[in-house]
Amino acid sequence: MNILHPLLNPILALFLAPLLPGIINRTKAIVAGRTGQPLLQLYYDLFRLFQKSAVYSLTVSPIFKAGPLVGLACIVMGLTLVPMGGIPSLFGFAGDLVVLAYLMGLARFFTVAAALDTGSAFEGMGASREVQFSVLAEPALLLGLAAISQVGLIRPLTALPTAIPLESLSEMLARLSMSVWMADGTVLLLTSAALFIVMLAENCRIPVDDPTTHLELTMIHEVMVLDHSGPDFGMILYAAALKLWIFLALLAGLLIPVRTGNFWMDGASILIGMVVIAIGIGVIESINGRLRLIRVPQLLAGALVLSVMALVMVLWG
Amino acid sequence: MGILFFTSLGVIQFSGLFALALGRQSRLANSVGSGGALVGALIGLVPAVRLFFTGQIMTVYRPWNIPYGSLSFQIDALSAFFLLPIFLLSAVCAAYGAQYLLPYRETKNLGASWFFFNTLVVSMALVVTARNGILFLMTWEIMSLASYFLVTFEHEKNQVQHAGWIYLTATHLGTACLLALFVLLARESGSMDFDRFESLRFHTDAIAGMAFVLALIGFGTKAGFMPLHVWLPEAHPAAPSHVSALMSGVMIKTGIYGLVRILEFLTFPEAWWGGVLMIIGLTSGILGVLFALAQHDLKRLLAYHSVENIGIIAMGLGLGLFGIATRHPVLACLGFAGGLLHVINHALFKGLLFLGAGAVLHATHTRNMDQLGGLITRMPWTAGAFALGSVAICGLPPLNGFISEFFIYVCSYAALGSPDISGPAGAGIIMGLAMIGTLAVACFTKVFGVVFLGVPRTACAEQAHESGWIMVVSMIILALGCVGVAGAAPWIVSLMNPVIARITGFSAGVVHGHLTIIQQPLESVTRISALLLAGIAGLALIRHRLLARKAVAQSPTWDCGYSQPTARMQYTASSYAQPLTRMFGAFLQTQCQYAAPDGFFPQAQSHLHTHTDDLFTRRIYEPVFRTMVRLLHGLYWMQQGHVQVYVLYIAITLLFLLVWTL
Repeated sequence: MNILHPLLNPILALFLAPLLPGIINRTKAIVAGRTGQPLLQLYYDLFRLFQKSAVYSLTVSPIFKAGPLVGLACIVMGLTLVPMGGIPSLFGFAGDLVVLAYLMGLARFFTVAAALDTGSAFEGMGASREVQFSVLAEPALLLGLAAISQVGLIRPLTALPTAIPLESLSEMLARLSMSVWMADGTVLLLTSAALFIVMLAENCRIPVDDPTTHLELTMIHEVMVLDHSGPDFGMILYAAALKLWIFLALLAGLLIPVRTGNFWMDGASILIGMVVIAIGIGVIESINGRLRLIRVPQLLAGALVLSVMALVMVLWG
Repeated sequence: MGILFFTSLGVIQFSGLFALALGRQSRLANSVGSGGALVGALIGLVPAVRLFFTGQIMTVYRPWNIPYGSLSFQIDALSAFFLLPIFLLSAVCAAYGAQYLLPYRETKNLGASWFFFNTLVVSMALVVTARNGILFLMTWEIMSLASYFLVTFEHEKNQVQHAGWIYLTATHLGTACLLALFVLLARESGSMDFDRFESLRFHTDAIAGMAFVLALIGFGTKAGFMPLHVWLPEAHPAAPSHVSALMSGVMIKTGIYGLVRILEFLTFPEAWWGGVLMIIGLTSGILGVLFALAQHDLKRLLAYHSVENIGIIAMGLGLGLFGIATRHPVLACLGFAGGLLHVINHALFKGLLFLGAGAVLHATHTRNMDQLGGLITRMPWTAGAFALGSVAICGLPPLNGFISEFFIYVCSYAALGSPDISGPAGAGIIMGLAMIGTLAVACFTKVFGVVFLGVPRTACAEQAHESGWIMVVSMIILALGCVGVAGAAPWIVSLMNPVIARITGFSAGVVHGHLTIIQQPLESVTRISALLLAGIAGLALIRHRLLARKAVAQSPTWDCGYSQPTARMQYTASSYAQPLTRMFGAFLQTQCQYAAPDGFFPQAQSHLHTHTDDLFTRRIYEPVFRTMVRLLHGLYWMQQGHVQVYVLYIAITLLFLLVWTL
């Protein structure tokens, strides 16, 4: 494996991530029969925002200004821990999945604090919902990854392993070849379903949150960033696109069992997988409405149950 | 080495006595008491730190004419590990307290307060070094009483009396179990000396199990294991803030110390011990943070977070015990290391947070978060330190809370791979820790957001001012400690080798071999943290350049086109937590009084009042104690108040005993 290969995911993500929301939006437009926004809309938006000046609320403190910076920095660091299928991540190490989840937690902490800093009722509302949903989403994510960590291992039946292997996310995903899918397909499907729901919640997609709504009362993530403008808002949008990339890369790595060892083949298959999942999100958003906020925890609890089931199956299956 | 240790204790204790003698000369007593504690604690740090570099164990033995007693002390790796936070936090709290207590100089006897503070510091240091059961119990009792008098500093308040009463009852119920525990151990070994306990090494039989349960209840009461935690949310808000910081930061950890010390005598543990400890850890962790989320009182909220963190420590220790019992040395080393590292980390960030809460209380005279807001512009240093403490307690990178949680996570993920019961146990811990982590984020964004951010909700928040420089510096020192532990994480692991070796009974080489597997991941974590900070700085620079030549405007917060926002339109602590408190309503059982506005132009004032009592207090302890009082009232007729009658009782008892032995 070439030493430059792990750079693929961060570099591709930094350049191509804004394409993903574009793909989702194009899909939605085509399904709905609308002209819709161009594929590269987010690039235009980002470019425009970084050119603009900023307006800050009179009530805010430095915490508000730190929010977008910490958010973007955390997600970029997270990118360095995410493998693309068989292609390892840049900084992978044993236990990196915990760091990945907690970096997103740090980003959430500062996004929420920035929202509360404005003293706005709407932003407080969004912040409150954001932390509520994460309480169910994060255990589902970490347990789902725990299930994957056990798939495809040769489990000792009686003898106790003296040295328990600790693996990085890259090693876990690199193992998921076609034969593992044949053997443990159910576990992987359950985990994928759980992670897919977590992905919808963490990236504020329908049915958890509607990124296109214009009613503050019903929004979650969008309402938290109402007062950000200019470069700050650009960073938030960019970080959101990168976060979607992280989740899609993980999901594609899980769902696409192409592990040929050929760098180009493996990389291309994961990229195609990500595009397909993005189109899938678009279709889901087209045919579903947003859930009532009271129903969202039930959906996320469902994801948690799926993760637990996957783990039970892999531990005792 | 022993000289330094006892010099330190002597300085602390005598300055306390001197302060007591000065009594009503409050300003002088204040300086003497706190100065002595500060200097003494700093001296005490030296032998504790030195042990980690030289590895020399200090032992002092003097005979004592109390039956079974001996004046025997020892600083081994485990004692030194607990002495570090005890002396460090004592020094910081003493300095902070000197300024914090000044406003009380006219009304209160500060000399007495410092006497009890210094006694508490000395007794904690003695508890973790005592090597004799009688000595241990006596220092333990002194510690409990000293802290009781500190909690009841403002004893003229009803609420404080009530809190003190609950604390006194709880701590003595715990001590009763400890008495039984030591009597049991002494019966088996024929001596009260810890060395004899150790040489005995109880093997797997009922006695060891019983000793474990007694230790769990006795020490768990002090540590705050759920459901024995009920005194914490009462006592911590009642005490002065530097005392809350010391009690929550290190005093409750003496419970953890005691438990670990007893475990050392009870090799080999059985698997169910680890299981029990893990379940206690999960319950304390999740319910602790949930009840914290429902509180309006800042210090009460922090007290519940102590329960949560003690839960995390218990999870680590539980995994460690499990590892020994199921012969997984990796689990044992990682679990104990994570649990014990969290002891130090919690001392740092919880000390910091209580001192921060004290600064807020000092400035605004209220602990009710819903009356605060916007303090960050008025108290920037306190706000900054509190923000850092909040990130640390949520277990987020790049701070120290994450390091110890990372140990426990890695340990749980490692446990998944084994075919026995460790797998499900690991899965449970992962789920619990993830939930605790996110709930803590919810809770501390609430605290920080409502208290420090936004705009002031009342006049008292509006008129707040930054605390004095000693208080600020104290907080900054603890904040630096949080950063330091996180930055030095890869090196701290090797320092912990002797501690883990002592607990698990493995040789230092074996422990070293198992702990090295986390060395490389920790280095990566530190690297990522450093890169993260660099990234934030870089992005700040980029934004600065982007905005450099543009007019940056200011305007009111966007409120949907409404042009007259008021402070009352902000989300409050209660409304922010409401979705979560409703989601977990079955556990919290929040009581709510609500008078809805009526009609199109409501005349009567509407109001909403919510209150979340402790579930265990309301559902278990109150009914039990009420029943007990009712039953005991039935024996009221025996207490006539005449001495003759009591003498008669004694005579009857003696006669009865005489007849019985015949």
